[in-house]
This record gives sequence, structure tokens and C-alpha cells, in this order.
Amino acid sequence: MNQIRSVTQTGSKLNARSAALAAAMILAVFGGVFVYGIGFAGADVLHNAAHDARHANNFPCH
Amino acid sequence: MFGYLRVFLMVALLAGVAAGVVNWGLQMLGTAPLILAAEVYEASAPAEPAAQTTTHTHEDGSAHTHDAEAWAPADGWERNLYTLGANLVTGVGYAFLLTAAIVFFGKGADWRRGILWGLAGFACFSLAPSLGLPPELPGTEAAPLVERQIWWIGTVIATAAGLYVAARLRNIAGYAIAVVLIALPHVIGAPHPETPGGLAPEELEQKFILVAIAVSLVFWLVLGMLTGAFFKRYATDEAAAA
Repeated sequence: MNQIRSVTQTGSKLNARSAALAAAMILAVFGGVFVYGIGFAGADVLHNAAHDARHANNFPCH
Repeated sequence: MFGYLRVFLMVALLAGVAAGVVNWGLQMLGTAPLILAAEVYEASAPAEPAAQTTTHTHEDGSAHTHDAEAWAPADGWERNLYTLGANLVTGVGYAFLLTAAIVFFGKGADWRRGILWGLAGFACFSLAPSLGLPPELPGTEAAPLVERQIWWIGTVIATAAGLYVAARLRNIAGYAIAVVLIALPHVIGAPHPETPGGLAPEELEQKFILVAIAVSLVFWLVLGMLTGAFFKRYATDEAAAA
């Protein structure tokens, strides 16, 4: 009985860990998109709006 | 999963917005005046005639057009407000990446560990790229943009991978792999223009490099510390910090 319980607990721990990892993966994708958009995207208007921040945060610019 | 997502989002948004505001404040005091000073030289340069649009060809042969009509924020508070917005998005973006990295690494965080995470972020995203491509004032000669962007991203990935291997393995082999990974982009070498130089005086450029890197260090320390502190407060659960 104890064994069964500990197996179930391990299982739910693993599930929780996968859920945390999946959530972190989503965060990482959005983080990458934000940083790319501000630092790298080519549109003139985006460039001009983020110009000073691009220079100061050392994204390759111009 | 959505429970975790909500918690991680809160941690990252709180830390990213706060660090973004700090970054902006320091830039207003430190880098913005230097950028404005450099633009005086850029504006007085005779290179481009006063046309509405200018097409020019890069060293790689690609030609493109800068539209002088493209919208840009007006100098003064409008421009500074857009810089604030850009820094908020940058802060939140980096906070997302940092929070995700803390979860992937799986050891949890508090403000002390957060400082180490911040230093790692500074090393990956600021210091390592700056060694090959120092922060530039407007009007500085540079290699084709795409080549620099590829080198920048490659350097970030190699440095992060190196630090990850060192922190995970913590043995001679791990440190050796880390040294190779971190050194690799610098051995390959950053793309540089055939005719280096800039419109602004060398002294101004040097000052900008130092100030920009110092501001970036403070930003990353604040971001790391806050992300660590908020992570401990809101996200310390066995699965988030397995």
C-alpha cells in the first residue's frame, strides 16, 4: 500500500515538473520574441522608436 | 501548467518592469546625453545629401533605402518615452528568459542566487558580445548588420551554453568545455568594417562604451536580484524548483 502511494506521488511530482517546464518553455519563447522585436527587428519605425535603447543595450544597430 | 504559467508570468513581469525602469533611468543620466552629443556630429556629416530618401550599398553588396520620411519620435520627452517603452519590453523579455532559465536549471532562487543569475545574464547578453562588438554611438562605422546580428546571437548562445555546462558539471571537464565554448566566438572573431572609425570623437566613443556596459551591469544585477527574490516568494514549489 505504501509502495503504491509512493509510486503515485512520484508520478504526480513528475507531472508537476513537466507542467512547470512547459510553462517555462512558453515564457522562454515569448522572452525571445520580445528581445528580438526590440533589439533586432528591421522595420524602420520599430528601429526609430527603440533607437536609443538599442544603442544603450548594445544590440547591433544601423 | 497554467497555474505555473501565471506564477512565472507574475515573477517575470514584476522583476522585468522594475529593472526596465531602473535601466531607463540610468540611460537617461548616462548614455542618452552621449547619444545626443554624437548625433550632432552625425547630423553635420556631409556624407548624405539632404534628400528625402537615401539608398546606399553595404560592403556585402546589398542595397537598401532609408526613408527619411519614416516615423520617428520627436526629440525630448516623446523620444525618451519611447526609450522607456523599449526598455520595459527589453526588461520583461530578459526577465522571461531568466525566469525560464531558473526553472529549467531547477534549483530555485532567492535574491542571493538571483545576483549570480544576473551576473550570468550580464556575461551572456552584454559583456561577451561587447568584447567583439562594443556598444556603438550613432555614426560609428560597422560591418554589415546581419553579420553582426548573427555573431551577437551566436556569442550569447555559446556563452550561455558554456556557463550552463560549467554550473552543471562542476568538474575539470565541465570547466574545460566551458572555456572552449565561451572563447569560440572570439576566436572566430566578430565582423568588423573594412574602414573602422566614426563621426564622433574617439574619447566620446570610449566613454559611451564604459557607461553603457556599467549601466547594463546594474540592470542585470537588479533584474537578477528581483527575479530571484520574487521567485522565492511566489514560485518556490517542488516542481518549479525541483
